[in-house]
Amino acid sequence: MAPETHDGAAEGGTETRWVELVVALLICAGGVLVMFDSARVGATWGSDGPQAGYFPMLTGTCLLAAGVWIAVATLYRWRKLAGVTFVTGEQMKPVMAMLLPTIAYIVAIRFIGIYLASAIFIGAFMVWKGRYRMPATLSVSLGVPAAMFLLFEIWFLVPLPKGPLERMLGY
Amino acid sequence: MEDIGNLMQGFAVALSWKNLLFMLVGILLGVLIGVLPGLGGANGVAILLPLTFTMPPTSAIIMLSCIYWGALFGGAITSILFNIPGEPWSVATTFDGYPMAQQGRAGEAMTAAFTSSFVGAFVAVLVITFLAPLVARFALKFGPPEYFSVQFLTFCSFIGMSREPPAKTIAAMMLGFALAAVGLDTVTGQLRMTFGHTELLQGFDFLIAVIGLFGLGEILLTMEEGLAFKGTKGKIDAKIVWETWKKLPRYWATSLRSCLIGCWMGITPGGATPASFMSYGMARRMSKQKDTFGKGNIEGVVAPETAAHAAGTSALLPMLTLGIPGSPTAAVLLGGLLIWGLQPGPLLFVEKKEFVWGLIASMYLGNIAGLIIVLTTVPWWAAILRIPFSIIAPVIVVICAVGAYTVHNNMFDVYMMVVFGIAGYFFKKLRYPLAPLVLALVLGDMAETSFRQSMLLSGGSVAIFWSNGLVGTIMTLAVVLLLWPLVSLVIDAMKRRGGGGGPGTAPSTA
Repeated sequence: MAPETHDGAAEGGTETRWVELVVALLICAGGVLVMFDSARVGATWGSDGPQAGYFPMLTGTCLLAAGVWIAVATLYRWRKLAGVTFVTGEQMKPVMAMLLPTIAYIVAIRFIGIYLASAIFIGAFMVWKGRYRMPATLSVSLGVPAAMFLLFEIWFLVPLPKGPLERMLGY
Repeated sequence: MEDIGNLMQGFAVALSWKNLLFMLVGILLGVLIGVLPGLGGANGVAILLPLTFTMPPTSAIIMLSCIYWGALFGGAITSILFNIPGEPWSVATTFDGYPMAQQGRAGEAMTAAFTSSFVGAFVAVLVITFLAPLVARFALKFGPPEYFSVQFLTFCSFIGMSREPPAKTIAAMMLGFALAAVGLDTVTGQLRMTFGHTELLQGFDFLIAVIGLFGLGEILLTMEEGLAFKGTKGKIDAKIVWETWKKLPRYWATSLRSCLIGCWMGITPGGATPASFMSYGMARRMSKQKDTFGKGNIEGVVAPETAAHAAGTSALLPMLTLGIPGSPTAAVLLGGLLIWGLQPGPLLFVEKKEFVWGLIASMYLGNIAGLIIVLTTVPWWAAILRIPFSIIAPVIVVICAVGAYTVHNNMFDVYMMVVFGIAGYFFKKLRYPLAPLVLALVLGDMAETSFRQSMLLSGGSVAIFWSNGLVGTIMTLAVVLLLWPLVSLVIDAMKRRGGGGGPGTAPSTA
């Protein structure tokens, strides 16, 4: 629940009104996309009832309309919204510090399997952000994937993505 | 009364050792989920849903609904001790709960919260016990136009009652519908909006959306505020519990009012979150000590908690009888029912009596057990939150990734979860409500089917929705709710103009 600040560009942040506008335009684009595809599939009354695109066409139209409304409303209050910050540089840093490693982690799953990737992910966080020493770090970062392994592979019999390490161990 | 007989049989089902164990596990998991930020009620149930595929449906839904109760209870703990609402519906609890904790009355606040929750949930379960079979029988009269009208009413009530701007609610909802439509159209066999990508054949699973939007999105949002759980000590012992219990009956009126608000908001889909805010607002407005609200008035804890639990529990009524979930978590549970091949509606009550009444019986037991468990384990939960965020955050992300993967054993879903997470971050900051999105994603296909069937029946005319008294009433109510924001704007404008008056008129009082 971050409070809206009116410090604006001075803090090096992004202004809310721009983000609002971009998101509204993206929504409009989404609406157009849906309408486009619905038209392709057929959005009118076919020989035996409504065609596949009938309902989505309505959806897409409403989506476009809503997007236009929001965009117009944002432009209407453009000057009033000047200086309202969406997110400051300071706030962005921890968010990125969470997001980018997460993306790296997810990509890594495909290559080295989820257990190893999780171990590295948790371990990295504990060392860099939490500044834990090796013993504590290792016990958690290895412990959690180990628990996961027992829970999923062995107890629930739900296979999770594995990588070369597990293949070497015979799983 | 055959229903009492059914309920007794339900208790027999619920009281098996296996199901009691699942109940216990469910409640503990639920409280844990409610306490940890980033793992919410809807999210947690979504993650654990695939794990229940190997369990018999009755046990599975007992465990899942106990997770739900646990989460309802757990959200209050962090709200009171740390001023961090563990769930959206616990936000209102922070208003007076945290000040109480700061004044050293944490134990009192928590006892009040848990007991109020229990009362709210209990009343709601009573309502369900007696109303559900009635509604189910009533629902037998429902044809496609009636089903669509109820679904339409659901969506309109979101738009009309939402605290967010209607345009954004509509946008979120339409986005949910659009996402629901992606993939194979079962009626015509055509591919919609896949744009040549075979991975999109199955469409977007609502579970992935929920985990991404509510889970990852919430974590990203929490990161913004930098993470430090500076909590107050949570001591709770039998003496404090007893003292508080002696005080609570004084607030019976607030409690009753909140139960009514909660049941209403749960049944007419609104959900626990709006119920808690509305109840807090009403309690403050009707109190003779308005100014003490926000500074540690115990009534400010009783009101939202009772309403939130009543709403959360009664949200299961429309879900079971009509297939209309009254809250995002009920939506996930509904998805679960569909996955297990159980069709909610009147037939469920006839063909799967054991399932339904076992579930309802477990609601009673689950809430009693939940109250006892949560009163006794508060110090543990407080301790968990002292685990630094550098450990908890990555672990939650790992859990979300696993949850997303186990739905369809598909890495693509995990990628989509990240996309939903980023979208969730933006949506929450820009005040695009997420509940309509999830609801539309879950109900989209069903709503579309009812709409198409209605259109087929009527040959393309929209008049079918006003063809008889029942469907006409519902549709009209829906349209009224839809236009409500406009109506209230007009009323406000007229009030302002009327209050301007001429010279010598007294200023109007709000």
